[in-house]
Amino acid sequence: MGGHLNVNHLMFLGQGALWTIGLSVIALIGGGIVGFVIALARISPLKSVRLASAVYVQLVQGTPLLVILFLGYFGLAAIGLKVSPLVAASASLTLYVAAYLGEIWRGCIQSVPKPQWEAAEGLALTRTQRMIKVILPQAIRIATPPTVGFMVQIIKNTSLASVVGFVELMRSGQIVNNSLFEPFAIYAIIAVTYFAMCYPLSLFSQRLERRMGRGRSNLAPA
Amino acid sequence: MQQNTSSAPIVSLRNVQKSFGPLRVLDGVSFAVERGEVLALIGRSGSGKSTALRCIDRFEKVDGGEIVVCGHRVDRPDVDLRALRQDVGIVFQSYNLFPHLTIEQNITLAPCAVKGMATARAKDLARKVLAQVGLEEKLHAYPEQLSGGQQQRAAIARSLAMQPKVMLFDEVTSALDPELTAEVLKVIEQLAADGMTMVMVTHEMGFAKGIADRIVFMHRGKVHETGPASILTTPTTPELTQFVGTGNLKS
Repeated sequence: MGGHLNVNHLMFLGQGALWTIGLSVIALIGGGIVGFVIALARISPLKSVRLASAVYVQLVQGTPLLVILFLGYFGLAAIGLKVSPLVAASASLTLYVAAYLGEIWRGCIQSVPKPQWEAAEGLALTRTQRMIKVILPQAIRIATPPTVGFMVQIIKNTSLASVVGFVELMRSGQIVNNSLFEPFAIYAIIAVTYFAMCYPLSLFSQRLERRMGRGRSNLAPA
Repeated sequence: MQQNTSSAPIVSLRNVQKSFGPLRVLDGVSFAVERGEVLALIGRSGSGKSTALRCIDRFEKVDGGEIVVCGHRVDRPDVDLRALRQDVGIVFQSYNLFPHLTIEQNITLAPCAVKGMATARAKDLARKVLAQVGLEEKLHAYPEQLSGGQQQRAAIARSLAMQPKVMLFDEVTSALDPELTAEVLKVIEQLAADGMTMVMVTHEMGFAKGIADRIVFMHRGKVHETGPASILTTPTTPELTQFVGTGNLKS
């Protein structure tokens, strides 16, 4: 063992970085779909649906992602489902992201001014029509900056998937380090790589927020 | 159906009760609006006039009493809200146009989505109702590009497009300066002249006097005095005397 950091090591780390992006995209899409359902359930006219979705959100938000990942990996195995690290990590991250995006989006939907709901109601639109044609188009504009901002959290949190043996950026760094024993150099490279993925998103989110600020008068005509 | 409703009032409230927590907002309110009639609800802030108006379109549920609107029993829990709201148009103080849609889309949305009207017909209709409020040239503008008065006129046009049997106006000029108020009031006057049945909550005493067939003065959740527009010049209760007096001072 030993030796120096070479192109092969960097290629391996690059592959890990690609898996980090891949896992992030999976978590965003899966979490986005489930999260959208959660957001709608949280404002459902049915009390039982509101309650169930609130319990889900509280449970997930009150549990460390690390624990959720272990539960996903070993839990699914315990009930007889042999799952790969990718499936376990994807499922766990989806559940995790759904709880947070659901809450973020619920807030965005509810921050569409109440008179907009009433105006739509006064025009005899059904609840579904009100939601699709009046409320959601406005809520999506409000939701874009915080959602992009939350993607930064998703990317960083995928590093925890290394504990179930999924070889993303963090895990590939550990593997390279195991052969080179140059932890500072390797983890510095990893840190810079994460930063390079996250910082552009942060900037983008900030810019979106500034643009929203300018257009705020659009949202509350009065 | 036509014959059934032609004899009965379009809107009737009988002994309507409504509380927000311990606060009694409506305390046995009764009045009726006949077809083609313009009724002005006046009174101080907090007198219950806006709540009474919102009860007609069931934006508030009443605790007791009876409300019948175009044959719908609005006080009953099983009232068909969508049918009710196709018969009733409501215009709010804050316009509430949909900011992400053009004026044309604002107007065609409900006729297409609720009545299943074809897009081409709905667009013709949009042009027609916008002409009625003098805004034909704003068809493709977004609400934010319009002045407050124009937005309110567009909101009236949006309601008209559903061809309601009765229109409710909830302090529709309170957010506007006198000049913009005048252009909105002109539109409402024209509607009255065309025979639209209307219930309006207003602070514009001169306007109420000029347009209303009947005035309902509300005080502390009750109908305190009611009668033709002339009661504004010759009020019989001290409360209305005082109210009209302060109103005149303000204008």
